[in-house]
This record gives sequence, structure tokens and C-alpha cells, in this order.
Amino acid sequence: MKKQTGIQHLLGIEGMQPAAIESLLDLGETYLERHRSGKKIKKILKNRTQINLFFEDSTRTRTSFELAGKRLGADVINMSTSTSSIKKGETLIDTAMTLNAMRPSALVIRHGSSGAAELLAQKVGCAVINAGDGRHEHPTQALLDALTIRRRKGRIARLIVAICGDIAHSRVARSNIHLLNAMGALVRVVAPPTLLPDSIDRMGVEVHHDMEAGLKDADVVMMLRLQTERMGGSFVPSTPEYYHFYGLDAAKLAHADPDALIMHPGPMNRGVEIDSAIADAPRSAIQEQVETGVAIRMACLDALCRDLPDMGDD
Amino acid sequence: MSADRRVVYMNARLIDPATGLDETGGLLTVGDKIWDFGQDLFSDGVTDGSEVVECDGKCLVPGLVDMQVFLGESIDATSAAAAAGGVTSIAVMPNMSPALDQVALVDYIMRLARDAAVHVYPIAAATKGLAGQEMTEIGLLREAGALAFTDGRAAISDAQVMRRLLTYARAHDAIVMQHAEEPSLADGGVMNEGEMATRMGLPSIPAAAEVMMIERDLRLVEMTGARYHVALVTTAEGIDAVREAKARGLPVTCGTAPHYFSLNELATAEYRTFAKLSPPLRSEDDRRAVVAGLADGTIDVIVSSHDPHDEESKRLPFDLAEPGTVGLETMLAMILELDHGGHMPLARGLRAATCSPADLLGIPGGRLEKGAPADLVIFDPDAPIRIDPEKFHSKAKNSAFDGRPAQGRVLRTVVAGETAFKAD
Repeated sequence: MKKQTGIQHLLGIEGMQPAAIESLLDLGETYLERHRSGKKIKKILKNRTQINLFFEDSTRTRTSFELAGKRLGADVINMSTSTSSIKKGETLIDTAMTLNAMRPSALVIRHGSSGAAELLAQKVGCAVINAGDGRHEHPTQALLDALTIRRRKGRIARLIVAICGDIAHSRVARSNIHLLNAMGALVRVVAPPTLLPDSIDRMGVEVHHDMEAGLKDADVVMMLRLQTERMGGSFVPSTPEYYHFYGLDAAKLAHADPDALIMHPGPMNRGVEIDSAIADAPRSAIQEQVETGVAIRMACLDALCRDLPDMGDD
Repeated sequence: MSADRRVVYMNARLIDPATGLDETGGLLTVGDKIWDFGQDLFSDGVTDGSEVVECDGKCLVPGLVDMQVFLGESIDATSAAAAAGGVTSIAVMPNMSPALDQVALVDYIMRLARDAAVHVYPIAAATKGLAGQEMTEIGLLREAGALAFTDGRAAISDAQVMRRLLTYARAHDAIVMQHAEEPSLADGGVMNEGEMATRMGLPSIPAAAEVMMIERDLRLVEMTGARYHVALVTTAEGIDAVREAKARGLPVTCGTAPHYFSLNELATAEYRTFAKLSPPLRSEDDRRAVVAGLADGTIDVIVSSHDPHDEESKRLPFDLAEPGTVGLETMLAMILELDHGGHMPLARGLRAATCSPADLLGIPGGRLEKGAPADLVIFDPDAPIRIDPEKFHSKAKNSAFDGRPAQGRVLRTVVAGETAFKAD
């Protein structure tokens, strides 16, 4: 989390201290439990405005942030710009300045360009939460993954986590690598070489091109979505070939720890990167990730906005 | 200007990179020419009524010759920036709208150049519309005054086109300058490939994109015997390739810009778009190789690669911002850094920005010589400065060196015997 003139942002996991991560996970867990048990949640963001500014299509992340804000009592406004005139990057700062003039407490941004959230944070006077910027970071995804792992496995430290698939184009992978390393997990990346970025080993991961070796004794198997445009020769020869070597099926999963947790940030391509039955198996945490996501985003909104001056008139 | 106007520069540290001269003395200009200079000149203090400029022991060197300037601003604004930076001759790149690919356009630039504060020379497009397909009227453009041929920011990527260009250019003794970057490898990339790009999540360009293009071109140079110049070398392997080619006697030269020997890819941290350049800033190993290439003479010239952009082109997410930095007003200070850092003697660095580019392009200037143009710069090599784009004469403020502490201040720039810039 980055402090700037008293305002805190959540732009990325890189550089975050383990204690800061831990406290967000704790707060997320509290929100998860409270919601599950039907306990009252304090409307801590009452009279505050949260704007979701999405320059890329996203249903689940935007909905998750919307629900998180509403459960905390915020007025949530969605600006989905994928089809409107402000899609182009040229107007990012102008858009931000306009929204800033509406005096929101939090701005949740997703943008196709790496660094867009950071650029926005330099220009506005409210908390900025990065909901995904290019291939750079998606910090709330990594936090919700971490909370999911911690709840299922009781810890993160010393777990073997295999992140499999399109690492090169994935912000989820980058945020997870930073977070899991900070929390002391052993991180592996498993992918065909064309889907691994240069010097990925310098980010503190073990690199594998083979699923059998990559999944060996893994406690957590994290599958990534393979974008359809990467198949068909540009990065991998075909969907069937990818599935044959990298799709998570029972045979490959057998190399992992018998209690290995299966995760996927969604949306899944069943039959491309993951076998349908495995996605729905009891040790799959994929649905739980969605629930945890709302709680974690509540925690982030709470942590960033609670100390901001009250905008309300009551 | 009166043709017999006499100006005496007293007590100057005269440095001529062409001859290695470095001594304290005086210099006399008459009209637009250097008349005489040396230790003993005016040592008796008698100046026969000439105008006197007291140099207080500061450096007096030939005005810098910058062979790669993009005209992102008017010629007047660009010339003012050049003069403020101690640059007395600039060669402008053909990347303008319309592209500098016709005789009439070269004429137009030559005409504008007559009123400019510094000498301005055109470099013409190598292919029509800079499209990399059909060659321009190289012979006619050469006669009109174009000094060299290049597609500027675009690589001439088609091997057949490049081969014909070199073959044809040879007949006119014209230099072909290449933006050495294999476009299919660089496609979509916005910074150097490596850990930094991976962490930042930015599409990247491998160093090999430069090396491959240079190596391919060297084959074609071998076939054609034409004069070939790599506009900007930025990688260790690219420099090795040029070094080897020179050893084999190929008519090859190359240049680099201060950002490639003063900065590395770390300057792009926090998505700083002012440090987005083309070719991209490279690794620290590459940067050191550029310094070594300058020190051993493999790299012939230093250019500013001055490329002004307005704020709107840079206030964007990194991948969407325009590449380029202004450089005319920081070039000298960065060359001085090489000396201050002990990497090479001052004369070596200056050579790459004075007589070396002048000789390469076949233009006058770049040396202290009786009868040479009175293009001079007086500077204090040690004055501490902090680079502040707000003080630039260039309207554009997109400097990759924004805020950098440096040493060296231009005190006066003289173009054809007249003072074109004087520090306050």
C-alpha cells in the first residue's frame, strides 16, 4: 500500500510488508465470518462514494467491488467504459480529474495499460484501488487467493504453490508471486516457454515447463486463464495441444499433494486449461474464491477509507 | 553582420578535439571565420580595438554538431534550444509531416535554415513517405543539400529494399542511416526486455532486435560497399558487431545518444514516460558497453536525438505514451559527465560531438582551425547544475534527465562569428 500526502492507495502487492498483508487478510476474514453468520456489518462507508472505473470488460471483479462497497454502506457508481468514448487512454487523466471533482472516497480502476492505476493515483485526491492494470498487478485477487489458501490450509508459509498457464500476460500471476513470496510460500510457475516472461526466475520463482515436475507435491495448484487469442499458433499451437500438456486433469493432478487445493481466478475455459470435473471437485476452491473476494475487497475499502474525513452531513 | 568584425576571446582554455590541442590562450574571429588562435595570441593584451570577450579560463571549444534532431517544434524553437545547449549545427531528421522525401521539401528546409540561429542541415527520407518500400530521389536530394538518407524512427526492414538503397546510394557517395531494430521482434514492445519489463508488466523489446538488424545490414554493406551508419547503438552486442565490422574495414560508422550512456532501464521505474525512448533504455551492462564503445572509438558520434513532445503525448499510461526525449540542452552536460566520471578524457567525448559528425556528414565546422567557421561554445565544465526543463529554451519539457544533478554550464554560443546564446 502506498501512502501519498496522507491518502493510501492499493496499487500493487510488490513492496508490501508481510504485516500489512496479514492485517488485510485478518480484516477480510472478519468480514467473511460476519457475513456468513448474518451478523450486522457496520456501514463504515455510509455517505461515502465509491466509483468503479472499468476500462476493460469485467463482470466478476466489478460486481465483487460493487457488492463490497454496498455492504459497507457506500454509494457505488459504476463507470464501465469499454464501449464508451472514454475507452481510449488519452482521456484517462481527464476522466480521472472529472471523477475526482465529484469527491469520491475511493476510485476502483481497471485499465488495459500497466501503470494506469499508479498514474491515476498521482492525479486524484482519493484512495485508488487497482482492480487490474495491464499485465502488471491485480492486488485484490492475490489477497483473496491468499485468504482462501490460509482458510483452507491454515497457513501460507512453506506451502508449495504452483501457478500454471499464461504467466506472461497475467497480472494475477505477478501479484500472487509477490504476495506468496512475501508470506514465505515456495512459488513455482509452470508454463510453455512462450507464455513465460523474460527473467521470471528473478522474481523468486522456480520455473517449470513440465506439469508433472511442476505439480510434484504441490499444496496449491493455481490455474490461470488462457486467452483464446493466444492459441492457434501465436503462443501455443492449438487448444488440444495446450490441454494435452498443460490442462489440469486427474493424471497431472495426481502428482500434486493428495490434499492439494485447486484454484482459478476465473472465468474458466473448461477443457482448455482445466478439466470440468476437477473444477467442480470438493478440493476445488474456485467458488470459495468468489465469496472471499467480496470480503477482501470490503477489507481493502475499509482499510483505505476509514480514516478519510467524513463526507457525510449526519 | 559585418564581414570584418573582429572578436577576441581572451584567456580561454582552448580545446580542439580534432588535434588534441588543450591550452590556455586567445582566439580571434574575423567575420564568420576563425582567424587565429593560440597560447601567444594577444598574450600582450593588445587587441587593436577588437571586441573582447573575457573567458576567465573557461573552455572554448568548437560548437557541437548534432546529427540527429527531430523537428517536433519550429526551426526557431529548435535552433534556440540548440544554441542554448552549445550546439551550432544540427541535422534534422526526415520524420515530419509531410516526410522529407522530395526535393521541394528539402529546398524549403534549406530556405528556413538561412534565418535560423544555428546551422541547419536536412537529412532526407531514404524511402518515399518513410514507408520502407520505394527509394527516394537520392541523387537529386543529395544535390539539393540532403546530407544523408534514413527513415528516421522507422527501420528499413525489407532486406531487398535496403540492398538496393545501399547499392544506389553508393553511386552518389550517400550515407544510409539505419534505425537498427528488427520490427517484427520489436512489435508492440515499449521497453527493454528483462526483469524490469517483466515486473512492470510491459511488453518488451529484446536487445537482439538491434543486433540482428545491424548484422543483417553489415552483410548488405559487404555486398554493396556503401557507407552505412547505425543511428543509435544501445546494446553491448550491437557495438561488438560494429567494432568487428570496422576491424574488417567495412565503411561503417555508428552513433549513440547521451541517454544510452547516462541512463539505464531503471529510469523507467514508476512508469516514467519521459524515459520511454526508442530504442528503449537498456540494461546497466549495455550502458557500460556504450561508455566503453565511446572510449575506444567504436562509437563515432554522439547525437542528442532531440525529440520534443507535448505534455499530452507523455501524460499517458506508459504503453500509450510517445517515445522520445528532448536533448539539445543537456547533451554537453552529459558528455562532460563522461569526463567527470573518469571514463574518457574530455577531448574524446567532445570529438564525438564536433569534428567526428562534421567529417562524417561532410560539413564545415567542428574544429578550431584557421579559416574554419567561427562556430564556438564557451562553457564552464565544473559548474554544478540541476537539469530543470522549465528553464529550457525548447518549448517541450519531456527530458529524460529531468531533475538530474550535473556539472557544466554553457556560457556563450557563437555561430558564424555572432553570439547566438549568452547565459544570464
